Amino acid sequence: MTSRTPSDLFLLALRHRNLLLGGALSTLIILLAVISLLWTPHSAYELDVANKLKPPSSTHWLGTDHFGRDVASLIMVGAQNSLVVGFVAVGIGMAAGVLLGLWASAQRGWIEELIMRLSDFTFAFPAILSAIMITAILGPGAVNSILAIGIFNIPVFARVTRGSANAIWAREFVLAARAAGKGRIRITFEHVLPNILSVIIVQATIFFAIAILAEAALSYLGLGTQPPQPSWGRMLNEAQTFLYLSPHLALFPGLVIVVSVLGFNMLGDGLRDWLDPRLSRARLSGYAQ
Amino acid sequence: MSLFIAKRFATFVATLFGASVVVFLILEILPGDPAYAILGADADPSAYQALRKELGLDEPALDRYLSWISGVLTGDFGISYTYSVPVSELVVERLALTVPLAVIAMAMTVIVAIGLGLYAAAHHNKVGDWGVMVFSQLGIAVPNFWFGILLILLFSVYLGWFSSGGFPGWDAGLWPALKSLLLPAVALATVQAAILARVTRSSVLETIGEDYVRTARAKGLTRAATLWRHVLRNALIPVVTIMGLQFANLLAGTIVIENVFFLPGLGRLVFQAIANRDLVVVKDVVLLLAAMVVVVNFVVDIAYAIIDPRLRAHDA
Repeated sequence: MTSRTPSDLFLLALRHRNLLLGGALSTLIILLAVISLLWTPHSAYELDVANKLKPPSSTHWLGTDHFGRDVASLIMVGAQNSLVVGFVAVGIGMAAGVLLGLWASAQRGWIEELIMRLSDFTFAFPAILSAIMITAILGPGAVNSILAIGIFNIPVFARVTRGSANAIWAREFVLAARAAGKGRIRITFEHVLPNILSVIIVQATIFFAIAILAEAALSYLGLGTQPPQPSWGRMLNEAQTFLYLSPHLALFPGLVIVVSVLGFNMLGDGLRDWLDPRLSRARLSGYAQ
Repeated sequence: MSLFIAKRFATFVATLFGASVVVFLILEILPGDPAYAILGADADPSAYQALRKELGLDEPALDRYLSWISGVLTGDFGISYTYSVPVSELVVERLALTVPLAVIAMAMTVIVAIGLGLYAAAHHNKVGDWGVMVFSQLGIAVPNFWFGILLILLFSVYLGWFSSGGFPGWDAGLWPALKSLLLPAVALATVQAAILARVTRSSVLETIGEDYVRTARAKGLTRAATLWRHVLRNALIPVVTIMGLQFANLLAGTIVIENVFFLPGLGRLVFQAIANRDLVVVKDVVLLLAAMVVVVNFVVDIAYAIIDPRLRAHDA
């Protein structure tokens, strides 16, 4: 990386809409989740059947659901669920995938071939399909959906890591490190990993968005988070039953999913441009889009 | 060319074999005992023993795998535990919905995405380009099942143009059947079109800068003719790759969308099979869906070579 002063970096971030808007939207969702740990407008678990299916009002900003629960509070607590599932699932995929990718790249030969061919097999199983297999055996639930999404992430991280790591292994400073007598493991963690970290972080941000979408889909199908724990996908499932009576119930959970996925996607795009000075400069001068 | 196809075919068969092993391991070996998985841990011992025998669980795992896979290859998928009919019958019935749905959605995706991608690239850095990019960014973030619900809300609840779900069957006539697949296909296609439009746009933009495009324009070819004859064919290569991956997503998407619109397709079958703990059906349908993904990827590989002769020359 070229050397930059903090003010240069700040100017770059300021000029970059994706990073700023994505950062703002992601922060908003994270704030919703954190605040809900301390405060929600109403209890997200308390039933109030007398006030069921009420439209938005000053008491219930986003209305109430079929049990009379406050929709705004449910959405706030649901943010915790989406973020935790996304965080742990991407964590599993990243930890296992990065290690496998680094191993493949350091060893090359048949180990690399084996890891990559195995990752090819898993491409035949999109997240929903692997989740279906896993929940068919272990039963529905948040933990099992985390596992399913996490396992689906492993080959993606393995591929990205291996690709970037191979490029680093071909560089002169790695050759110098080898000439100095450093072993493969030491070179991997001292030279290769720090140099591909930005690529992995970008990938993790984008997969965080995908994990939120996958969790919402699984919860919508009833395979993910189980009641009474609020989740956005499940809220949409329940809202569909009352589409004719209370259409507003189907709007807000969907909107908040869009905002979070949009936020993390844009943050990932923005980070990529920021952390890759070559691409950022090209973008600023209008060459690459 | 034949060597190229032979190589790809070998990879294709190996992937199919690998996928079948993965499905078998996860659904038959991981649970320890599928009979318990079906009946529950507090099952009656005599019912448990009877089911074990019925499922052939008293045989070694390798024999079970071989008899399952040879059955699948000869069209014998086993008997559904809940429906008590051959799984092949169920699958054929449901495929008549899922395959047309996926094909219609894919056709919509390709038409919309290539049109929008070309339009955006041709109007680079103008309002139209900006509009396509916003559509693409938003489309990627919208969950397809929520979009499906919004379509029901608009076209069924408010406008009353479509029913909010269900499938009358092909016997009811072509139009009623197609009509009931229209909203689900739009819900599936919009997200995929958003992604593909982006890929098409950037691929076309990259190709537009090539020397041979400038040469084509210099010798007097119109803008539109250059786009169609020279740019599009060269820009299609990455587009076709993404299309292959998207078909996999589309098939997976049908599982969710069929549940949104209450369509009796393959996705709903596998979903109900999970609810009924009918592992025989789950195993067969998951393998079938995975096999469809692998077949599509194989076809894409071959299409690749047809579009770009350099690839087959390099490989063979």
